[in-house]
Amino acid sequence: MPSVSGEFIAFFILAVMAIGGAVFMINFTRVMHMALALVFTFLSIAGIFILLDAEYLAMVQILINVGAVSVLMVFGIMLTRHKQEEKPKARPLHTILSLLGVAALFAVMWRIFYTTPFGGDPADPATVQSLGESIFKQHVIPLELTAVLLLVALVGAIILAKREESK
Amino acid sequence: MPVTSYLVLAAILFCIGLYGVLTKRNAVIVLLSIELMLSAANINFVAFSKYGLYANVTGQVFSLFSIAVTAAEAAVGLAILIALYRRRGTVEMDQFHSLKG
Repeated sequence: MPSVSGEFIAFFILAVMAIGGAVFMINFTRVMHMALALVFTFLSIAGIFILLDAEYLAMVQILINVGAVSVLMVFGIMLTRHKQEEKPKARPLHTILSLLGVAALFAVMWRIFYTTPFGGDPADPATVQSLGESIFKQHVIPLELTAVLLLVALVGAIILAKREESK
Repeated sequence: MPVTSYLVLAAILFCIGLYGVLTKRNAVIVLLSIELMLSAANINFVAFSKYGLYANVTGQVFSLFSIAVTAAEAAVGLAILIALYRRRGTVEMDQFHSLKG
């Protein structure tokens, strides 16, 4: 970094919070603690969105990922019975192989990021107004398809989770 | 802030999510890790919508649709999980092996 600006400090704090939440998610043993650590990560990602001039997306991220999805997952944890503590790994080979594969993927991505010239000046900050115009003028058909998708997901989830009638 | 910082952050989050999917046994945590991977992808969309070569607002629109699809995926995944739990009585991933050849 050539100079330490406010944006850099904010980015650094938010990135550490996000990665810290994710690492705690991996390391905790209780399932509920894992879910709460991931909520922390989602909140930090909302902060990153604000840094990127996407305030509306940050609000959507908080409402949907921090609110709805996390509460849904907590419901899933509460409705299913499991051992409080997750067993320590009985498969060291599996863990090491997974770690190696993920590290290799990260190394490849890192190399690509630092060898590709990403040109371009930052765009003008997108306002909520321009976002709405873009959605409702150019992307109306995907929006309607998303509405249909949400309806299908709602009906499908109810049918899947419904208790089967005994005939 | 160069765009590379945001991309590296997203890559780190994606890799942690992938590691969680590969190693965790509880199915709810696997679903949460998938959510983490999708959020990392959203960071890339928004970063390129500000710093990309043809930076415009379409990246944010794409990210909105991605969040909607994520919510639908979470609901359906949890419904499948509840149905499986009712049938098998467990949410451990390594107990679900009836498709194994």
